[in-house]
Amino acid sequence: MGEDNLNPDLLPGTLYMMILRTLNQEPMHGYAIAKRIRDWSKGDLEVEDGSLYPALNRMLGKGWLKAEWGMTENNRRARFYKLTPAGKKRLEAESSAFNKMIKAIQLVMRTSS
Amino acid sequence: MAWWDFLRRDKADREWREEMESHLQISIDAFMAEGMSAEDARSAALVRAGNMTARREEIYRMNGIAVVDSIVGDVRYAIRGLRHNPGFTVVAILTLALGIGANTAVFSVVDGVLLKPLPYPHSEDLIALAQVAPGAGGLIAGSHGLALSSSMYFTYSEQNRSFQTMGVWTGVDVTVSGMAEPEQVPAVLASDGFLQALAIRPEVGRWLLAGDQVPGAAETIVLSYGYWQRKFGGDTSVIGKKVFVDGRPRQVVGVMPASFQIVGTRADLILPLQLDRRHATLPGFYLNGLGRLKPGVSLELANADIARLLPIWMTSWPLSDGGKTGDALAQTVYRAWRIGPNLRPLRDVVVGNVGSVLWVIMGTLGMVMLIACANVANLLLVRTDSRQQELAIRAALGAGWGRIVRQLLMESLLLALAGGAAGVVVAYEGLRFLIHNGPSNLPRLNEITLDSSALAFTFAVALLSGLVFGLIPALKYAGPNVSGSLRGGGRTMSDSGDRQRARNTLVVVQVALALVLLISSGLMIRTFSAMRNVDPGVSQLDQLQIFRVSIPSAIEPSDERATRMENSIADKLAAIPGVRAVGFGTAMPLDEAPPDWDGVLIEGQSYATGSRPPMRLFRNVSPEFFSALGARIVAGRELTWTDIYGKRMYVLVSENLARELWGSPAAAIGKRIRTGDASAWREVVGVAADIRHMGVQEGAPPTVYWPVYGQVPYAGYMLASRNVAYAVRTDRAGTGPLLNEIRQAVWSVNGALPVAQTETMREVFDRSMARTAFTLVMLGIAGSMALVLGLIGIYGVIAYAVSQRTREIGIRLAMGAEPGQVRRMFVRYGLRLGAVGMVVGVAAALGLSRSMKSLLFGVAAVDPVTFAVVPLLLLAAVAAACYVPARRASNVDPVEAMRVK
Repeated sequence: MGEDNLNPDLLPGTLYMMILRTLNQEPMHGYAIAKRIRDWSKGDLEVEDGSLYPALNRMLGKGWLKAEWGMTENNRRARFYKLTPAGKKRLEAESSAFNKMIKAIQLVMRTSS
Repeated sequence: MAWWDFLRRDKADREWREEMESHLQISIDAFMAEGMSAEDARSAALVRAGNMTARREEIYRMNGIAVVDSIVGDVRYAIRGLRHNPGFTVVAILTLALGIGANTAVFSVVDGVLLKPLPYPHSEDLIALAQVAPGAGGLIAGSHGLALSSSMYFTYSEQNRSFQTMGVWTGVDVTVSGMAEPEQVPAVLASDGFLQALAIRPEVGRWLLAGDQVPGAAETIVLSYGYWQRKFGGDTSVIGKKVFVDGRPRQVVGVMPASFQIVGTRADLILPLQLDRRHATLPGFYLNGLGRLKPGVSLELANADIARLLPIWMTSWPLSDGGKTGDALAQTVYRAWRIGPNLRPLRDVVVGNVGSVLWVIMGTLGMVMLIACANVANLLLVRTDSRQQELAIRAALGAGWGRIVRQLLMESLLLALAGGAAGVVVAYEGLRFLIHNGPSNLPRLNEITLDSSALAFTFAVALLSGLVFGLIPALKYAGPNVSGSLRGGGRTMSDSGDRQRARNTLVVVQVALALVLLISSGLMIRTFSAMRNVDPGVSQLDQLQIFRVSIPSAIEPSDERATRMENSIADKLAAIPGVRAVGFGTAMPLDEAPPDWDGVLIEGQSYATGSRPPMRLFRNVSPEFFSALGARIVAGRELTWTDIYGKRMYVLVSENLARELWGSPAAAIGKRIRTGDASAWREVVGVAADIRHMGVQEGAPPTVYWPVYGQVPYAGYMLASRNVAYAVRTDRAGTGPLLNEIRQAVWSVNGALPVAQTETMREVFDRSMARTAFTLVMLGIAGSMALVLGLIGIYGVIAYAVSQRTREIGIRLAMGAEPGQVRRMFVRYGLRLGAVGMVVGVAAALGLSRSMKSLLFGVAAVDPVTFAVVPLLLLAAVAAACYVPARRASNVDPVEAMRVK
């Protein structure tokens, strides 16, 4: 991991939020999720591909996601993850809470500098 | 985590693996699309993916329940281990099954008899109203105590402050006629308050009420459920019907439920006692008292309450019917008796003295269980010893020692639970054996079952024993230095002393416990033979047929004619082929008939006013009574029918009474006695050899034998003994044809007379020794189990030592040692262990045998013979058990032995 790369675990729960956000547009397989996070963060957020899977397992258990086997455009078998209604609700709740917190942190950082 | 996910997670794991592989492929595809070579793309993908296997394991654990997981693993591993070693497993499980099964069976008995409450509502409030009179001497001073008189019942029930209800009762045998053959049926005469105190509602009809108890009221009766089923087929229309009891019609008013039992009796009928207040007198102590305490009243308070009422009772009633109250002589006498209340929980009275036997047996089998555990522990030690390398490897691979202990314990617990499960089968069979062979007078026999509390007990014993024998090897081998043995490479020259010590200790414990049990059995054997060797005063018990006949006044109102009927029955019996002598009396030796007793005064001796001579047993006997029983007439002669019909005032006395009063049997002849200052003098015409009327274990009581028909000792009128036991001396005693001929003889005199309680005198005596015999059998079984297990244990240890030291033996033999020397070496080793066990065992037995004292008879608790012989025999057995493996050692081929790994 490069020095300027950020570990998503720095803020607890952010990895779940990002996965939910990624899947909000369309169902995706694990590799694509990791790639999408990397691309959107312009390489600042580096998720070790494997670390994704325990998180996905937990989210399946919580009922936020559903998984189905399907084929990629390159004809590889892969499991595609899809948001459930519960997952959508969770995403909305988390993103508004996250925005609030970011604002709050920014306020704190501004006044103290 | 949901259970569903937990159960299907192996399938889920396969899916994750597939997904991760596909992830890798997609990743490689992507790197190759960027222009990498296949190899570079693969390594780049692997770097980015990180440790996939670790992730998979993380997910697997996430989906599991950690504790369950590792326990399931342990169980699976343990089962595999046990299956690989079937010999060990089977021996261990069988040993445990025997131990646990025997304990469960006896626990069921202890639970049913001693622990469970009596089957009455709030039975803890029920008390037996017994009394003591230490100053009365004779029989009442003994364990039986002083029963209640009817006047006591009136005083207590009317003036007590402690009982919700109280009543009195007494058992009798009554003749029921009018249905098929006449039959003698056990019954209970009960006063008002008796059924109410027990508080069990009748199944059909009603209770006995106060109205039934009024003397002269319509005569009523309540049936037991069993009697109702047997005689009336459970027909409810029986209520209101008449039953002929002792020749008089009684109306059936109720039937008790099946669960109802009258305080440890087997009575089938309940009759109102109908005590008559107007004729109540101070004496006549024959009633058993029963009460239900008021809430919050303790036994002490109730005792104090009765103690308060005793002086009131003494001044409220006359000494004899029609006399004055407040008789000064009566008060002096009863004060000298020191009558006091002795209230006890009803359960103690029902259970009686069987408690000590059961606890001794329970303790004994507990010891057998310990021996069994020691054996299994030893087996486990040997087994774990040979698994040291495996354990060391597990430790080297990172298993903590706590983890290894858990693994070893899991195996022991599995063994114990399997043993417990098999033990339930053993217990079931054992219980059937116990109930069939236990003393038939064991109280509450019908309440013994293998129920949930017994199964809980089994489970607890199994778990506990699993922990006990499992922890020994677990702690021994899984200790912090477990990895050290890896270096040994399993190639130890000789067994290390440390490991041997644990096994040796177990063997010493086994030998000690076995010795304790064997000494206990030895003491019981000595007790039993002492009892068999006692001269009961009656000879050739097998040739003595006993039965009872009772002639109610409804059949023959005249006392003299009733006696003549008994006389002609005796004559008819004597005419039966093979019959050598016939006699009868109010009670036979060891009979449970209510004892009759009083003091006697000797002519020519002056007595201080108010002092009472000691109590003597009274029996009424016919002519030929003693020759039928085979009891010697020491001086004088027996009674004759001429004496009896001639109303001559003759009696016989027992030899010990003659010696006590006149110095010798011969001196007693012609002397005169009487029971009170006002009654007539009786002449002693004969002295009979002592008879142990009250049981083999109790000395022969000084006895006065009165005629079966004559003037009542206490009053002036003539009275017949209407309920008598016949003794018929013949070689054919106990055979069916004889019993038929006896019935025919009785019925030829009167067809309405039932023949009851037919048994031989041998059976009567055996029954009286049943408790001892039962204890003996149980201790014998426990002792033999302990012996066998102990010998297997010591055999195992020596055999193992031989196998471990084969190389050493080989070297010794190669160096010129004699085979005999090698043999002796191992036998000596075993004997040394045995001897240490003996010393410990003898010490323990010395301490414990005192607790058996109440079961012993004719032998000291520290019986020198038993304490010398048993250890010697055991030592010989130990030597034999050691010799077998020792002989194998001396047959070792030195060349082969050196090659052994």
